[in-house]
Amino acid sequence: MKKRKERIDRGIKARSSDIFALLSWREMLYLSAPRMLPIIGCLTLPLILGPYWQKVLLSVAVFALLAISWDILAQTGMVSLGQALFFGVGAYCAGVMNHYFGLSPFITLPVASVLGGLICTLLLLPVLRLRGIYFSMVTLIIPLMMVRVIEATKVFGGTEGLSGMTPLPSIWIELYLVIAVLLAALFGFRRMMDSDYGLILKGISDNDRSVINAGINIYQFKAQALFIAGSIGSFCGAFMTHVYMFVGMPVFALDYSILPIAAAVVGGPGTLAGAALGAFLLVPMSEALRGLGGLRIVLYGVFLVIFIIALPEGIFHYMQRKYQQFERWVEVEK
Amino acid sequence: MIKTPILQVDNLNKSFGGVRAIRQVSFDLMPGELLGVIGPNGSGKTTLVNLITRFVKPTSGTVAFKGQKISHLPPYKIVRLGIARTFQMVKPFYHLPAYKNMIIPLYSPRMKQLAGGRYGDRDAIALDLLEEVGFERDSHVAYKPAGALPQGYLKRLELAKALALEPDLFILDELFSGLSLAEVASIVPIIEKIRLQGKTIIMIEHRLKELFRIADRIIVMNNGQKIADGLAEEVMENEAVKSAYLGAEAD
Ligand SMILES: Nc1ncnc2c1ncn2[C@@H]1O[C@H](COP(=O)(O)OP(=O)(O)OP(=O)(O)O)[C@@H](O)[C@H]1O
Ligand SMILES: [Mg+2]
Repeated sequence: MKKRKERIDRGIKARSSDIFALLSWREMLYLSAPRMLPIIGCLTLPLILGPYWQKVLLSVAVFALLAISWDILAQTGMVSLGQALFFGVGAYCAGVMNHYFGLSPFITLPVASVLGGLICTLLLLPVLRLRGIYFSMVTLIIPLMMVRVIEATKVFGGTEGLSGMTPLPSIWIELYLVIAVLLAALFGFRRMMDSDYGLILKGISDNDRSVINAGINIYQFKAQALFIAGSIGSFCGAFMTHVYMFVGMPVFALDYSILPIAAAVVGGPGTLAGAALGAFLLVPMSEALRGLGGLRIVLYGVFLVIFIIALPEGIFHYMQRKYQQFERWVEVEK
Repeated sequence: MIKTPILQVDNLNKSFGGVRAIRQVSFDLMPGELLGVIGPNGSGKTTLVNLITRFVKPTSGTVAFKGQKISHLPPYKIVRLGIARTFQMVKPFYHLPAYKNMIIPLYSPRMKQLAGGRYGDRDAIALDLLEEVGFERDSHVAYKPAGALPQGYLKRLELAKALALEPDLFILDELFSGLSLAEVASIVPIIEKIRLQGKTIIMIEHRLKELFRIADRIIVMNNGQKIADGLAEEVMENEAVKSAYLGAEAD
């Protein structure tokens, strides 16, 4: 007997898609739970974690932001292999402003985000015309070039880097600042990608010819997406400069490029939420495996492969489906 | 009153490597005219459209629209001046519902330029436009993902996207291909309606019978050259045209 899986929307999904959902607690809860749970979770986590895991949470939030930045670009059809560029440019912007001009982190963070976004956009402007793998290759190479430039010209402390940055006043400010930025970026940019503006961005990745044919200058939109992604990435770098109280060549390391992609792929690309979720899984996992030495990378790789094979759509899409639909096996009629 | 041409194509040439896809093509088009462009496969019809809309850069020659040279402008600026085209290969945004596909042209800067253009809720305008091209108002077709639509609806969607831009010149590249006779019969009135509004239209077609019924004038392409230009009856009597079509069939 042949069977197939049937997926049916839960009744509550249809009922709660209308304004009348506001009349029932159950339906309001159904609607708001997917938003409230992560918010409440993020806000309470710092309170229950010990000092070590609080530090891990910082890097989870930073990688979640980098993954969101990657996903915004990917949805616009620009697959970046170089989030480290955004991270590194932001890190050096904040470092230079703090080290040479003594500016407080509360000034360097916003300024480095905007300035970093601008610098990254300008750096990549000449290659906006490249598509697919050609664009990706350039983004991979530029951060590596930045390292060599700093090494060769000895600017900004050269190989030594710049140390003695002003830290943020306390771990609590660090934690809640980065969590606030993460939540704002997640919900804000999710909304943006669902708007008509976001539709144009996604249209460019699907079929850029058709978007041009609507009289739209796709390079302008791509540059805007780059600026947004660059700013998010630059914030991450600037933030970590103040957390580590140091900025140096490691900010352009490959980790900052690869981990966000892994997070987005495991979590489910195309939703931003999936990218963030991926970071919440992968970063702690990598920490937990730290005791294993060389085996860590192997185990980590195995986990990645298992995730990707078992849930190729990504965890977020899977959870979303389970939440909105139930499945059952039905016999195929002859 | 002496009318000036809305489109002037002057000595266009295009080579792809060794292939001379378009050779010395010139023609003028008057406002309100419906021009049919025909020719065997590979004769350069789509390339001609790509050159006018500048999706492909001409090797030499110029194109002027409303008296202004446009052959140096990027394609998105040409669209904003009022030329809208459809693609021979329709590629919608597959995962989006059909009506959401309309958002992209409705987001166009051209909409803002047009004083008295359509304004208001984009979704509502999209549904209105789709109804104009034959998406039934009370059916769910407009809400289906574009990837699930049959060819007939995809072609209508393509036409609706061009309509959304309210252009002065429509260039329709094989809009009828892959459609049933009934479907063609249902689209012809839409084209006639566009014409009654005084719009200029270029139609590339392989469906000669349907084309000849509505076209004012026919250009025949062969091997990248314009081999005939005139009324449908005249053109089909032309020896060069006969041999081009016979040659194509013998291939
Ligand atoms: N981008 C390109 N690169 C190389 N050659 C091309 C390109 N576009 C078109 N050609 C060549 O130019 C010639 C004309 O092609 P074109 O697509 O314009 O023909 P067509 O008349 O539209 O044909 P059809 O009726 O099949 O649509 C063909 O020989 C084709 O191979
Ligand atoms: Mg063609």
